[in-house]
Amino acid sequence: MEWKGRDVISIRDFSKEDIEFVLNVAERLEAELNEKGSLDYAKGKILATLFFEPSTRTRLSFESAMHRLGGSVIGFSSASSTSVKKGESLADTIKTVEQYSDVIVIRHSMEGAARLAAEVAEIPVINAGDGSNQHPTQTLLDLYTIKRAFGKIDGLTIGLLGDLKYGRTVHSLAEALAFYNVELYLISPELLRMPKHIIEELQEKGVKVHETSDLEGTIPGLDVLYVTRIQRERFPDEQEYLKVKGSYQVNCEVLKNAKETLKVMHPLPRVDEIHPEVDKSKHALYFRQVFSGVPVRMALLGLTLGVL
Amino acid sequence: MAELKVTAIKEGTVIDHIPAGKGLKVIEILHLNRPNGGALLLASNVHSKKLGKKDIVKVEGRFLSEEEVNKIALIAPTATVNIVRDYKVSEKFKVEVPDEITGILRCANPNCVSNHEYTVSKFYVVSREPLKVRCHYCERTMEEDEILRNL
Ligand SMILES: [Zn+2]
Repeated sequence: MEWKGRDVISIRDFSKEDIEFVLNVAERLEAELNEKGSLDYAKGKILATLFFEPSTRTRLSFESAMHRLGGSVIGFSSASSTSVKKGESLADTIKTVEQYSDVIVIRHSMEGAARLAAEVAEIPVINAGDGSNQHPTQTLLDLYTIKRAFGKIDGLTIGLLGDLKYGRTVHSLAEALAFYNVELYLISPELLRMPKHIIEELQEKGVKVHETSDLEGTIPGLDVLYVTRIQRERFPDEQEYLKVKGSYQVNCEVLKNAKETLKVMHPLPRVDEIHPEVDKSKHALYFRQVFSGVPVRMALLGLTLGVL
Repeated sequence: MAELKVTAIKEGTVIDHIPAGKGLKVIEILHLNRPNGGALLLASNVHSKKLGKKDIVKVEGRFLSEEEVNKIALIAPTATVNIVRDYKVSEKFKVEVPDEITGILRCANPNCVSNHEYTVSKFYVVSREPLKVRCHYCERTMEEDEILRNL
């Protein structure tokens, strides 16, 4: 697979070999960065970050990655400051911005916006979230985090907790994990179960899938617990929401029967689904997960720019 | 009941076994009603042993390719196509759902970029029976009832 000029739009476009390749390059870059402090692979290259929808964390992570590679960054952090407000088409914005840059990172509230941008642009486009559809760099950094923590992904038992019905992050992660030999526990309230078609897809690929509402009973068998937020608006009434929220909070009490080596992950930002008391425990991996975003995005920027 | 007689055509295409009521849509999708095109005949609610009632479309002077005709597979999966040369059927084929559907279907997802920006819609056929397609842009899937509502 030729990486130079390639777009990164959807985890569906990735084979297992592609994923492994990116994770290996990220690992190499992380080691080089630790050794040298800064790199200059992307010297003279410009990244344009087009955040039609604000997401400060994702934008900072990409910008940090580009700076660490020795490149520079231009862009905007919300649509209100651009000519989009005046009615310019997405295609025109992309065609304009590509005159100033070598690679584009786009986040947009509409599903499919990144795919359209990639079709219009001659330069590579990386999707940093298109509505409720895809956020492939999040999935890759989740996999990277797991691989760095355990040295492998195969053979692990992974629990996905929270809103499995609407959660884009857990859908993509589950689909990517299906490339590996893993056992998945899908832990959620009845109302927020993972869509049937995704479960069927996972089973077809040979993943052992268990659905449960019981967090405490499931924890002792897990190597990874991936926590996501449950949103109030998913529930018809407040009472029901509060009940569910209470029974899925991850705290030290809930973790007392966990394996020594259990790692807790979260795409962040969190509200109160993980108690801050967990932060200092050996289980907390979520800030490490944030860090992982940088080498993974460095790898993707470097590969698509063709400078590595 | 006497069989409905429709003038035979000398050269052109006859699309038979269209589900009753879908004939007009077939004409629209295949752009058969251009002012400078050949004579066009639509027979509606024709008695059919296979379908009960069916529509038939005949167009003179145009030979539709299999690829063109497959565009109507979504609304008329039962259709058969006869290519007529010199009053005789020279070729006959059944429509088939293609692997990709371009331009004729609208995405049912209101937040899909294809409904807001200038694009040519594109769908990948995930399954033929039951019919299921995935939008190239938003990656959402649509099933038969949704597909028919968005043609
Ligand atoms: Zn769509």
